[in-house]
Amino acid sequence: MSETNRLCIEPRLARPDDFYQALMDLHRDLDPGRSAQANAQLILLLANHVGDEAVLEEAIAIVRRNVAAGAEPAPSA
Amino acid sequence: MHSTYTNPVYDYAPSPDQRAAAPAHHPVVVVGAGPVGLSAGIDAALHGIDTVVLDDNNTVSVGSRAVCYAKRALEILDRLGCAQPMVDKGITWNVGRVFFRDHQVYAFDLLPEAGHHRPAFINLQQYYLEEYLVNRARELEPLDLRWKNRVTAVRPGPERVELEVETPDGPYTLTCDYLIVADGANSSVRGMLGLESRGRVFRDRFLIADVVMKADYPTERWFWFDPPFHRGQSTLLHRQADNVWRIDFQLGWDADPEEEKKPERVIPRVRAMLGEEREFELEWASVYTFQCRRMEHFRHGRVLFVGDAAHQVSPFGARGANSGIQDVDNLVWKLDLVLRGQAPEHLLDSYDSERVAAADENILNSTRSTDFITPKNEMSRVFRDATLTLAEDYPFARRLVNSGRLSVPAVLDGSPLNTPDRDDFTGAMVPGAPAADAPVTTTDGPGWLLAQLGGVFNGLYYTGPEGIPEADRALLAALAADPVPVHTRVIAAARPASALPAGVTALGDPEGLVARRYDARPGSFYLLRPDQHVCARWRRLDGKRVRDALDRALGKEKTP
Repeated sequence: MSETNRLCIEPRLARPDDFYQALMDLHRDLDPGRSAQANAQLILLLANHVGDEAVLEEAIAIVRRNVAAGAEPAPSA
Repeated sequence: MHSTYTNPVYDYAPSPDQRAAAPAHHPVVVVGAGPVGLSAGIDAALHGIDTVVLDDNNTVSVGSRAVCYAKRALEILDRLGCAQPMVDKGITWNVGRVFFRDHQVYAFDLLPEAGHHRPAFINLQQYYLEEYLVNRARELEPLDLRWKNRVTAVRPGPERVELEVETPDGPYTLTCDYLIVADGANSSVRGMLGLESRGRVFRDRFLIADVVMKADYPTERWFWFDPPFHRGQSTLLHRQADNVWRIDFQLGWDADPEEEKKPERVIPRVRAMLGEEREFELEWASVYTFQCRRMEHFRHGRVLFVGDAAHQVSPFGARGANSGIQDVDNLVWKLDLVLRGQAPEHLLDSYDSERVAAADENILNSTRSTDFITPKNEMSRVFRDATLTLAEDYPFARRLVNSGRLSVPAVLDGSPLNTPDRDDFTGAMVPGAPAADAPVTTTDGPGWLLAQLGGVFNGLYYTGPEGIPEADRALLAALAADPVPVHTRVIAAARPASALPAGVTALGDPEGLVARRYDARPGSFYLLRPDQHVCARWRRLDGKRVRDALDRALGKEKTP
């Protein structure tokens, strides 16, 4: 868990399960190459929509630390 | 191979220096007669400095090499008195197109702002540029251009630099106050002094093919990512003078450079691109790799490195020769004032700090372009392709496509030579910025502002219809008569007719573009360096402030 200034980390999606399913549906029939392409296009579209380099840098920093630490999500209760 | 150009041969001519009993001395010696070294020699000669340019060869560039010359470089070459034949011979272009696989993704227009003398870019083979520089150099009395003079040893000392030079008649020794090193990316002088240029080598190879064809392609820059005729790689098509077209094929790191430049390998690649029916002839081919690197410092005592010898970038963005010419523009006026004893020697340290910062900006931009064009790993290729896919329909992604961020002049905004603003101004002409051009009227009729500036410190004094107050007129006369003079251009909407003191001339601003580009109002005063960069500006002329700013620009005041 990291401190953030600009990046909102509180829940904002009204229907989180719907979003998650839409994301899974996007990838369902894709091979790994096409999935990677889909993710890349999604990141670029959303990054432009966010439109704030400071927010994007915070998000990148979180992911960099998580991946460097090999962080696994905590098991749910 | 076909040839549209025959390299001139410049004869070796023995110099009296070679028979001198004691080593001959010249204030400035330049090593290397490429675009940057020739510019340095010409600039020094225009300042009246006795200058020798040494080159180990006897002709201009073999092959077209650097072909894109940017507006700022042309403005500097104008100051050196040789841009016109380059612009006349060169190809002016504004439109670029980017293709991904088999279709166009988008087009861009450099949309040149009206009211500038020079275009955003011309394309011209390097050999023409060098030939016109040589022609200009030969007109200048204090400049001695010595072909087939190869420097074999350099001995820098506290008082002077000593050189050993090899010629067809044997060796001789020369000394100079300052040595300008412009002997290119593989600088032998840099090696002799045990100095290094450090950075990144890109693991990729590119084939350059110059082909001659009568093509009906428009005069545009076309860049392909992953085209059907050259799968998995990029290709660039650019027009030069004489119906010569430059084609760059990305080859990948595993390509064999000796094999790939053979005509039997090059011609099928070109044919695949242009189509079977297109007639063309191959003029020149070369295979190269990219490096982005620089020396830690460009000044080493009395030895000053310029151009590719000091810093090297990948070619995407045209930041090589263009930045080398800006190095010269920055350095030579400082050398001149130091040689005349009018500025302390540490003024030369500002050449180092200003041009190191500019080199870093160029290296950053060209590294980013190269990373886009040559993805380093699978995921960078995925993102590049995602960007190109989106760019066709979604305008935001076009801004991410990077086939070269084209050369723009450095704004020297961190320079210790600048005097920070104390008055309110808007617009781009901040201290450190290169002066913007604008149409003006002179005593000889219509002209251009930049043609009225440079070589010495200049003032720009904007005035209204009421003219100049008498006190200001006296001050402008005094500034023009100072030991380091400031020659002021008095500018008004209609050119003032009243007599002005020596060193002060009047210009009209018929379209109001000087006022707009400089955010100038009656009374506004700009102090410009001899390289046409802004060093200070005020809303009212104040003699003490101008002279303090001049002292700072001369390095007499070390900290702001």
